[in-house]
Amino acid sequence: MSVPDELRYSKEHEWVRLTGTHAVIGITAHAADELGDVVFVDLPAVGSPLSQFKVFGAIESVKAVSDLYSPISGTITAKNDALSADPASINADPYGRGWLLEVEIPNTAELDALLDAAGYRLHIG
Amino acid sequence: MLRTPLYDEHRALGARMVDFAGWEMPVQYSGVIEEHRAVRSAAGLFDLSHMGEIEVTGPGAGAALDAALVSEPSRLVLGRAQYSIIVDDRGGMLDDLVVYRTAAERWLVVANASNRAVVVAALRERIGASATVRDLSDETAMIAIQGPRSLEILAPLVALDDASALGDLRGYAALAGRVGTAKVAALIARTGYTGEDGFEIYAAAAAAPGLWRELLAAGAPLGALPIGLGARDTLRLEAGMPLYGNELRRELTPYDVGLGRVVRLEKSGDFVGRAALTARSMAGEIAGRRLVGLRVTGRGIARHGYAVRLPGGAVIGSVTSGTHAPSVGAAIALADLAGEAGPWDQGRTVEVEVRGEWIAAEVTPVPFIQRPTRRGSH
Repeated sequence: MSVPDELRYSKEHEWVRLTGTHAVIGITAHAADELGDVVFVDLPAVGSPLSQFKVFGAIESVKAVSDLYSPISGTITAKNDALSADPASINADPYGRGWLLEVEIPNTAELDALLDAAGYRLHIG
Repeated sequence: MLRTPLYDEHRALGARMVDFAGWEMPVQYSGVIEEHRAVRSAAGLFDLSHMGEIEVTGPGAGAALDAALVSEPSRLVLGRAQYSIIVDDRGGMLDDLVVYRTAAERWLVVANASNRAVVVAALRERIGASATVRDLSDETAMIAIQGPRSLEILAPLVALDDASALGDLRGYAALAGRVGTAKVAALIARTGYTGEDGFEIYAAAAAAPGLWRELLAAGAPLGALPIGLGARDTLRLEAGMPLYGNELRRELTPYDVGLGRVVRLEKSGDFVGRAALTARSMAGEIAGRRLVGLRVTGRGIARHGYAVRLPGGAVIGSVTSGTHAPSVGAAIALADLAGEAGPWDQGRTVEVEVRGEWIAAEVTPVPFIQRPTRRGSH
């Protein structure tokens, strides 16, 4: 399973890509593979606050529903509206077209509580 | 955990394995949606060897089964099958079954894996010395091939003992024959759980891996795939078929889930549950609770256990099964609804509670899909 070196990861299988004062978050290829075919994503509205390691939404595959945990705190500035028409892009391209939210983050301190790529690879065995 | 004779085949095919009723079973190979579509458009191969096969034999077997089950197996013509239910003395469902008459004095009862022990014990207790009850589950494998191209794939590999053509086998019929280059002795039934034409093959466990590989090789050029339990569930739900543990439970009678037609109150002898089921049948199927098909029109997926209410009103039941339905292109569900809130007309709107929000769903006819041929379905 792909684990890009430039990203940070939570133990709940979300990734974070830092873009200056913002961060983009999504779920990892490992998580997408474990879920199977994603058919629905329930995301909060733009402007909603996120708290690190707290549930912010849900992702549904054919088989089951799973909670989404935010890897970082902040305020949502954009969400991937293309997912409602094409939720399977989370399986096809979890680090690209399958992104979930863009978040404005107050600081980068919380990133220290996340895993780097090597740590996440160990985490998923 | 228990393993079927095809466990190594599933691993070699890269299946993801899960615990299902104590069995380590494939939940998916290539992906639930891809597998689902393969069965609807071509064919799929299922390992159902975890299911229970119980043989009842002897001069008294037919009458004994009539007294043990709600249907009337004694009236089955040789080579035919029927959908049946075994209930307790309060009419509560212990399992749903398929019963085949395989010889003049021999019946095969197929039970769900999760209920095998319960069904074997109940049959032994009810039948006593009237007939011989043998649990053949451990030495029997079951492979299903389902989908519009099933006949095309299976026919060249099958020789029925009575020399009839496989294509002439009717829905809910089963005949003995030989399958594959190894000429494996098998019972070949035109039954299934997908809403598609198809066959279920019962054979010795030891012969299963060779048979599985041969069927897969024959089917692959025509688009057949191995199918896991994930797609088995979406396929059966689209076809409106109940699942024990979801729609069917010990707390419910067949009348509570629209299966009153399976109960033969008119049969002559007594049977376990007769008094309770007679009383329940008098109440009618509309008066109490019933199983209703729903199509979710709001955003979300209704899942097992989610509450159902009248729009803005009282809770009237819950979802028994729900998923994203690949061939419908929407979230669908079966719901167990009660009270005097009927009639459950098509197009009527209810609401389902999904993560704290009430989303709209529309009452929909079941089955959710219409198929040109439904020979193998119950």
